Amino acid sequence: MTTTTSRVPLAKPASRRRRPFNPRRAGAWALLVLAIAVSVLPFLWVLRTALSTNSALASQSASLLPADFTFGAFLRVFGLQSPAEAVAEGGSGAAIDFWLYLRNSVIFSSVTTAGAVFFSAMAAYAFARLRWKGRNAVFSLFLGTMLVPPIFTALPNFLLIKNLDLLNTMLGMVLPYLFMTPFAIFFLRQFFLNMSREVEEAAMLDGAKHLRIFFQIVLPNAAAPIATLALLTFIGQWNEYFWPLLVGSQDDVRVLQVGLGVFKSQSPQGAPDWSGLMAATLVSALPVLILFAAFGKKIVNSIGFSGIK
Amino acid sequence: MTTLTRNASPAQHTVRRPLKRRGQSDLKIALLFIAPAMIGFIVFYLVPTLRGIYLSFTEYNILGDPEWIGLGNYQAIAKDPLFWNSLAVTGQYVLINIALQTALALGLALLMHQVAKSTLVRGALLLPYLMSNVIAALLWFWMLDYQIGVVNQFIDWAGLPRTAFFGSEAWAIPTQALINTWRHMGYTALLIFAGLQAIPGHVYEVAKLDGASPWQTFRKITIPLLRPVLVLVLVVTVIGSFQVFDTVAVTTQGGPVNATRVIQYYIYQRAFTESDFGYGSAIAVILFLILALVAFIQMKFLKGNESDLD
Repeated sequence: MTTTTSRVPLAKPASRRRRPFNPRRAGAWALLVLAIAVSVLPFLWVLRTALSTNSALASQSASLLPADFTFGAFLRVFGLQSPAEAVAEGGSGAAIDFWLYLRNSVIFSSVTTAGAVFFSAMAAYAFARLRWKGRNAVFSLFLGTMLVPPIFTALPNFLLIKNLDLLNTMLGMVLPYLFMTPFAIFFLRQFFLNMSREVEEAAMLDGAKHLRIFFQIVLPNAAAPIATLALLTFIGQWNEYFWPLLVGSQDDVRVLQVGLGVFKSQSPQGAPDWSGLMAATLVSALPVLILFAAFGKKIVNSIGFSGIK
Repeated sequence: MTTLTRNASPAQHTVRRPLKRRGQSDLKIALLFIAPAMIGFIVFYLVPTLRGIYLSFTEYNILGDPEWIGLGNYQAIAKDPLFWNSLAVTGQYVLINIALQTALALGLALLMHQVAKSTLVRGALLLPYLMSNVIAALLWFWMLDYQIGVVNQFIDWAGLPRTAFFGSEAWAIPTQALINTWRHMGYTALLIFAGLQAIPGHVYEVAKLDGASPWQTFRKITIPLLRPVLVLVLVVTVIGSFQVFDTVAVTTQGGPVNATRVIQYYIYQRAFTESDFGYGSAIAVILFLILALVAFIQMKFLKGNESDLD
């Protein structure tokens, strides 16, 4: 399925401006712009809040610009304020270290993405290009795991990690994702199925082995879909909350999403530390926003290729 | 999308020719390729699934060994008002979430299909989906705050009474459903949009020539041709919707009273805060069965596996 956009070819580019006003088109655009505003504007509101002081937020709750502009909230989030300063600015004063959570999130997401994509590519190759008995039955079994709700396997997996004495270790957090995700195998198998056989057969005649074919021909040829899959997997892992909450509840392995929840529950007396919370939220979203800015087209065009995640 | 091309010259030799020579299969090499994924599958998917089913028939509080009690957990669940409440609350959530999300996404997909196919528009609509549930929850927790949240400011200006979105029993679940609708609306729209793109243009030209009104075209052409995509989208989103957890865990923790104790949150509480793994597993089995049933009914009832594109 291709998602390239085909515009209706117009006679001349200049004629676009002289298109007669069409109320239906204008109405459609107005609704789309509204939907885009609802999708995007909250992020600007978060930024504006993060750059305000808590006391000013309370009094100027609807000014569009930051209320009493300051970077204090970001300093608080990165633990660069003394507890006294933090409390004075409406923070909780509790120790919170988003540098550490950021580092943990980067490790957790990168390691799981690298492992899952690489091993899933190998498996997808076996499912798409090799001939062996029971191939399709095993593939169906793998796909079937997509239907099992994560909570269902999370309980026994938690017990397994606990029995292995790996609770609150990075290893315990990454293990379940390290070897495969059903989605990754499904995604790459589709591409390998459509690869030209000629390249492979030429290599075969040379007496080249499957491993070499895989590394020297298949992987380079599938660089684009593999990059897309890595992007999607990384973003998904970055946003993961439930499993890290169960297995990585201690500070030294805590990831950003879990840290955010803790930050919120540490609300100081009276009013929450809104500016600090929004600064933390922004920091947690930043890596994904950067990836989106850099590879937006790739991400957007991958949606719809297969409507399952 | 991809630069790989299917071999499109059947004249040279048949493409479907088996790759094996002298009757050998690739079993050995395939086992090597599949070994890591197989280990992951067995250890973290297959065995846990079976173990989860086994645990649901036991009494297990993590300290001792699981003790077989047969259907004990299930009998207790049948009499557990908190379980029935969590089922009702989840059902309410799914209804609101799916109805809104699907209607909005279908509308947006049609609008994009009509006037704007640019990547920029699609990207802007997709942005909320790329954020985590936790971020979506906190962002709205702030914007919907009773005292100084911007939404309540607007409500105030409009002369309406301020609303405790998270704090009132009546509003808590609709609010959770709205937050997740906001996050998924664009993503779902893009899935449906991809389905619309796949409908051949000449179908619409014929309808135009026949003098069909836009509404007739929509009813008689778009919806029937889109049905397989819509069913797939519905199955996937409904299954996801039943498993709402993150936003509840971060904002209301099941409250006020039991208004947002959705089924997955209840499982989490029973298993992890009360260390009752047998009971938690039994509810998880029930959730699993509900999801399988829902998917089956949707496929059957909506005939999702048949296309009208003939």
